[in-house]
Amino acid sequence: MNSFKKLPKLSVNNIPILTTISIFFLMYAAASIMFPGFFSLYNFVNIFKTNAFVGIIAVGMTFVIISGGIDLSVGSVVAFTSIFIAKMHQSYGMPSWISMLICLGIGLVLGLSIGCLITYFELPEFLVTLVAMFLMRGLAYVVHQGTISIQDDPFIAFMKRTGIRVGAGNLSLYVWVFILILILGILVSKYTRFGRNVYAVGGNESSAVLMGLPVKRTKVLIYVMSSLLATLGGIVFTIHLASGKPHNTIGLELHVIASVVIGGTLLTGGAGRVIGTFFGVLIYGLVFKLPAYISAFREWWAQILVGLLVLTFILIQTFVAEKTARAVES
Amino acid sequence: MEEILKVSNLSKGFPGVQALSNVDFTLNRGEILGLMGENGAGKSTLIKVMTGFYRRDSGDIHFDGQAVDFTSPNDAVRHGISTVYQEVNLLPQLTVAENIFIGRQPMKKRGGIDWRELNSRAENAVAKLDLDIDVTRPLNTYSVAVQQMVSIARALDISAKVLILDEPTSSLDAAEVEQLFTVMRRLKSEGISIVFITHFLDQVFAITDRITVLRSGKNAGEFTTEGLSRMDLISSMLGKEFEDLDASRWGSSLGTGEGDPLVSMNSVGKKGFIFPFDLTIRPGEVLGLAGLLGSGRTEIAQLLYGVEKPDEGVLQLNGQETALSSPRGAIDEGMGFCPEDRKEVGIIPELSVRENIILALQAKRGALRYIHRKEQEAIADKFIRALNIVTPSSDQLVKNLSGGNQQKVILARWLAAEPRLLILDEPTRGIDIGSKVEIQKLILELAKEGLALLFISSELDEVVRCSSRVAVLRDRQVIGELDGTDISESQIMKTIAETA
Ligand SMILES: Nc1ncnc2c1ncn2[C@@H]1O[C@H](COP(=O)(O)OP(=O)(O)OP(=O)(O)O)[C@@H](O)[C@H]1O
Ligand SMILES: [Mg+2]
Repeated sequence: MNSFKKLPKLSVNNIPILTTISIFFLMYAAASIMFPGFFSLYNFVNIFKTNAFVGIIAVGMTFVIISGGIDLSVGSVVAFTSIFIAKMHQSYGMPSWISMLICLGIGLVLGLSIGCLITYFELPEFLVTLVAMFLMRGLAYVVHQGTISIQDDPFIAFMKRTGIRVGAGNLSLYVWVFILILILGILVSKYTRFGRNVYAVGGNESSAVLMGLPVKRTKVLIYVMSSLLATLGGIVFTIHLASGKPHNTIGLELHVIASVVIGGTLLTGGAGRVIGTFFGVLIYGLVFKLPAYISAFREWWAQILVGLLVLTFILIQTFVAEKTARAVES
Repeated sequence: MEEILKVSNLSKGFPGVQALSNVDFTLNRGEILGLMGENGAGKSTLIKVMTGFYRRDSGDIHFDGQAVDFTSPNDAVRHGISTVYQEVNLLPQLTVAENIFIGRQPMKKRGGIDWRELNSRAENAVAKLDLDIDVTRPLNTYSVAVQQMVSIARALDISAKVLILDEPTSSLDAAEVEQLFTVMRRLKSEGISIVFITHFLDQVFAITDRITVLRSGKNAGEFTTEGLSRMDLISSMLGKEFEDLDASRWGSSLGTGEGDPLVSMNSVGKKGFIFPFDLTIRPGEVLGLAGLLGSGRTEIAQLLYGVEKPDEGVLQLNGQETALSSPRGAIDEGMGFCPEDRKEVGIIPELSVRENIILALQAKRGALRYIHRKEQEAIADKFIRALNIVTPSSDQLVKNLSGGNQQKVILARWLAAEPRLLILDEPTRGIDIGSKVEIQKLILELAKEGLALLFISSELDEVVRCSSRVAVLRDRQVIGELDGTDISESQIMKTIAETA
């Protein structure tokens, strides 16, 4: 039975994450060499700041995608959250931290509803979250149709002001929320039964049921988590811009999904890492920062580049899937 | 004897199929019970209903003296029933260790999964099965046999009162089976009750205390294993007398084929894969490959079918030198290959029985030459009858068939493709004894019609019965060829042993 110990190779399952990290370093190195002045802490801090909310949402999306699902509602949730907080502040003078808590409550209810519809009524994830996407976008317009900026809210001001100086930049408190969520996400995915069950559900749902895992509970929790993190992302987004409008972040869900895929998570479910998503978000952030450096590199080129990156990862995944299938044969 | 699990009057129907009707089932404390029956008899369904995967239509289940109604396999596990389901595939991307412990991971005092503890416990768990593998590697880096052992290790590690094993030995070799039996005997002596499902008669007789037989979803018999004759057990399963075939050698009626060889392989080999060998197959003959698991039988098939490329030797098809670089090319040359690992490359669960059967034929004729519905139905019905496939109609989705019947569908697919050369790798694995004979008869018939067959099987009696010639393998090497009256189980064993 010793022959079972063959196949001495670097596990193919690690290829996606290694690719992500390599691309990350390559791109940052290339950008630093090509554009003098790019390599600065200030820049880095800025990429962090503008993408903190994307990162928070992407952590939730990573769990969703690992479980084999999808959540299209996150962009609308952000829009709703931002306009809700702004409107409550403007019309009723409600302190933002209270409206933020209310939003988290709404996020919880939304996530629970999405999760239950998917799990107990066996509706497709795609459709349920599509409905949620339209619902939340519509509700955002119900709250208010225009832009509202938030002035002199003590909590928001505090969050923006307080932070750690890093070089010429300031890592505000809300950026630390992203880092905290990231660390929590990594720990949950690696060290809790829930986290491991997410992989099981995405790997093979019917096997997971037969193995006696609490599949239904896990699925509901995943969507609760995604909606809550989308709301939290919305809160960070609102703090960052100190304003709200209902047509914010249209299509954000697709950007988030792209970041997760670039982070090496399999769209087919069952594999992926939260830390990969971290790098995915930073790669994504960098690509959209390039137009500021190369005048010929316009925003649409950034889009095309992202498309190519996603394509690369889909190809890698196909390759990995094939490799593992072969490994099974031998 | 004290009853640990008692089922009475249990019924379960699916659309178009009454899988179980008024079934009674008793498992005593500390016994090993064999659950037998033909493909589609309802064995797996009974297990799934008892453990809460399906809801029952009617009937009572008592576990440990109490009426129970499990709502999910998870629920059953928590009450102390641990099950290896027939189709369990585990989670290929996770490590072996995690597959054994997921859902029950050891936790650190301060919270969080204790991975070190988990891995070391996993090492113990596989060591108990004499399995020498690295538990920290992903499950998908190991063979199907190892994966099956891992699923058993998982079930064993749940310290349960009842252990249910649904065809756990279908991919295992003799040594692995023996190891499993050792563990089962130990568990039994610890007072654990075990339900064991298999189609291997030898195994049931070797390990069980009692045997319960199902036939078409009904109780067909209950026996004490000791003193039971094989014939009585088989008749109870089939519901009719069964001709004893042990001695017959149908393959001898074939002669050694006619005319020029269809396939001739001259010193074909591949480094680290299989040593160079010579083989010829003529139309109208069945060439059997005999040897232990891992002796190189499947490797020969893979070289012939273009799955792997040889690095030396000459392959001639119909007298012409050919280099096959892919299965596609082999199919174009008129070959068919029914692989050993049918779960992976086999059925398309969401398609109907008819569509699954027609698949290879359609591919061969080309997508443009659509096979008419009428013809499709005729072909499907022919094979459903010939192979004894239990299904309400040819429009049933394949995923709703029993495990053994799904295998028959794959076999039918390759038979329907009308190849010139058909490679069958373990075609009767997981198939009940009655259908096994039907399939063996079919193989002979096909050969008589002029088909060339390469027949691989771990069951020697089957190789002996069907082959017109037998090539014997050991350690990835062809070590001898037998024909005519030389073909017998003892002669094959002797060849394997002698050259050692
Ligand atoms: N989900 C389902 N939907 C419809 N029919 C089903 C379903 N599951 C099983 N059946 C049918 O119920 C019958 C019993 O199937 P079961 O899987 O219990 O057989 P089995 O005795 O385990 O056979 P095998 O030896 O081939 O594994 C079969 O006719 C099968 O087609
Ligand atoms: Mg079965």
